[in-house]
Amino acid sequence: MDVLNLARLQFAVTTVYHFFFVPLTLGLSIIVALMQTLYVRTNREVYKDMTKFWGKLFVINFAMGVVTGIVQEFQFGMNWSEYSRFVGDIFGAPLAIEALLAFFLESTFLGLWIFGWDKLSKRVHLLSIWLVAIASNLSALWILIANSFMQQPVGYEIVNGRAQMTDFFAVVFNPNIWTQFPHVIASGLATAAFFILGISTYHLLRPSQDNAVFQRSFQIAAIVGILGTVGVIMSGHSQMQHLVTSQPMKVAASEALWNTEDPAGLSVLTIGNLQGEEVFSIRIPNLLSLLALDQLQGTVRGLNDLQAEYEQTYGPGDYTPPVFITYWSFRGMVGAGILMLVANIYALLLVMGEQLGDKPKFLRFFIWFIPLPYIANTTGWLMTEFGRFPWIVYGLMKLDEGVSISVSIGMVALSLVGFTLIYAALIAANIYLMVKFARGSGTAVQDEASTAQTAVSLIGD
Amino acid sequence: MDLNIVWFVLIAVLYIGFFLLEGFDFGVGILLPFLGKDDKTRRMMINTIGPHWDGNEVWLLTAGGATFAAFPNWYATMFSAFYIALFLLLLTLIVRGVAFEFRSKDVHPRWRAVWDWSIFVGSLVPPLLLGVAFANMMRGMPIDATMTYTGGFFNLLNPYALVTGLMAVGLCVLHGAIFLSLKTTGALHEASRKAAWRSWPVAVVLVILATIGTYLSTNVVSHLGINPGIEPIAGFVTLLVAGYFIRKKQDAWAFVMTGLTIALTVVTAFMILFPQVMVSSTDPAYSLTIYNAASSPYTLRVMTIVALIFVPIVLGYQIWSFWVFRERITEESVLEY
Repeated sequence: MDVLNLARLQFAVTTVYHFFFVPLTLGLSIIVALMQTLYVRTNREVYKDMTKFWGKLFVINFAMGVVTGIVQEFQFGMNWSEYSRFVGDIFGAPLAIEALLAFFLESTFLGLWIFGWDKLSKRVHLLSIWLVAIASNLSALWILIANSFMQQPVGYEIVNGRAQMTDFFAVVFNPNIWTQFPHVIASGLATAAFFILGISTYHLLRPSQDNAVFQRSFQIAAIVGILGTVGVIMSGHSQMQHLVTSQPMKVAASEALWNTEDPAGLSVLTIGNLQGEEVFSIRIPNLLSLLALDQLQGTVRGLNDLQAEYEQTYGPGDYTPPVFITYWSFRGMVGAGILMLVANIYALLLVMGEQLGDKPKFLRFFIWFIPLPYIANTTGWLMTEFGRFPWIVYGLMKLDEGVSISVSIGMVALSLVGFTLIYAALIAANIYLMVKFARGSGTAVQDEASTAQTAVSLIGD
Repeated sequence: MDLNIVWFVLIAVLYIGFFLLEGFDFGVGILLPFLGKDDKTRRMMINTIGPHWDGNEVWLLTAGGATFAAFPNWYATMFSAFYIALFLLLLTLIVRGVAFEFRSKDVHPRWRAVWDWSIFVGSLVPPLLLGVAFANMMRGMPIDATMTYTGGFFNLLNPYALVTGLMAVGLCVLHGAIFLSLKTTGALHEASRKAAWRSWPVAVVLVILATIGTYLSTNVVSHLGINPGIEPIAGFVTLLVAGYFIRKKQDAWAFVMTGLTIALTVVTAFMILFPQVMVSSTDPAYSLTIYNAASSPYTLRVMTIVALIFVPIVLGYQIWSFWVFRERITEESVLEY
């Protein structure tokens, strides 16, 4: 491994890990705020209990998202300093704005929310959680604006070998953001919905005295979830259509489409060899053309064709992303997404038929569906980032040109190992706490009582 | 005044905000094992900063982001040069942040001990490293004509940098002890006052040592002259006055004084740097300045508009948040952390 690949691995590890917590923060902040709104408007205790129960899980998850996010902001300068010099003029701006507009807002008002139950009026306290929810999602917007520049550079000119901003609003209204941001927001809602569906199910299946909290939670999650899953599929679809023109290579790699085809079929299963030839493939005729171009006939360009074109435009080199990872991560994402849609429709039917109390047979599956959005979120990012290969900024700068010069293999290796170990320890602690509080009862007295429970400590006796 | 200077000042303001606010958070964290004799006391200590530590930490993140946006070359050279130091800074900030949230959510003594230890280390190491980093930026580091750092990790660990790092820790402890005495009652309040009185002479000595080091190791004399101006002197005087107020048990005034000391110390560091942002010891001509490290005038203009709108808003709601939680933490308080 050289510095470049270690730095890439580090970015992958820290980003995937960070994004393990972010979608839940995005979605759950909104749902908790909704629950508290219901509480403030109806004054019913059940909504207060819901707010407190899910709020506690939200806060545990939020802390992990915050601390892993700090690494993200620092690592551009640490591992990718040449990239930072090249794009700082443009890329730094949304990052700074994210901190100024979103980080301050969410951290200050989360503090007010956690500590302010008895110190703020009901309405101001409610406003606090809404500001947390808005700020978290605003933060996603600005970091995606930054990422969109890497995917599709706009509003810049190259001056003395550096990209300089010429139009701030072009950067902010990057065409890429209009499909990417809704996709991420919807996936956040879906992630939170499946989280609530799963944990509520666990409680609904227990022989318990009072299930009002979890019945109501399940209902809300089923409704929010369907907005999320349908939204994520629709925005994902427009994202793919956008990529056909902005990053055709990513589309070809995610479909393992080696040769340009008209009409193009959608791959159900494709196996290729290392020489980039198709060995085995099942494709549904015309479907890729239909999905990509909204018409049954139409050209979808293949890897070989694009590689030849890019060599002409950018000079000799490898412009083909790792097809295996891109193809399978795309399938992981879409597969998980379709399962989520089916599961969510089932959840909605249960809610509409008022069948939750009967403990229907398939209800318990929702516990096992909690990981589905996590799979989709992770594979989605893998596809997005691997599919950009070999570019760090699409068409402008290659990965190997962006890596730090003064940083040695030993340094990157040390920090990679360090982050990985500390992250592993933290996720163990995080899951332990999550499980503990997810199992806790939903009523308000739970608070101190569950804290006082004799705990099976992860670190042993 | 051109926008490059505006942004240099603004980044100084962000660091002032950070050290002023997170400074006492760090101090409370460092004092945790010394003043927190039992679990209840430790919880009370942590809860004094509970609602604020995260918002306070954002000042550092914003300083980082602002450096990236306004001076990309400064950001790139600084973050890759201080690689190992920043790696340690990140690790310790990570465990500290999680520790606040996780510690009291389980009763197992070993669980809590691990997180208490994390809070201590996570409060001690960051100010130390940041002091080391600033000292090196002023002192000069091997930087070549392409703005690339050519030294190693151990270049950074010179005596001057270490003394400056210790000074940062010392000021945080003093500032944190006074903050604690402002926010507590009873035995913890008395213990905090005592800690402030004991750490004060240490902070004074460290500031003197760091000042001597600054004269020996940086180009402060050619830059500012033997008489460095009113800010550094005022910084030292406020520290001395802080001792007087600690003695007189006027906590609020003592806190104002250490706050001023910290702010003026940061101001002094930025005065020594200006208009450079990183001094090259290889050749002064290779130094990064607010001009050769900066973004385009267009980006600076956009960012200035954003900052002018949002910095006052942030200040407004953060001050309000301190007002909401103005009450002291007592034995009877509801402890969320």
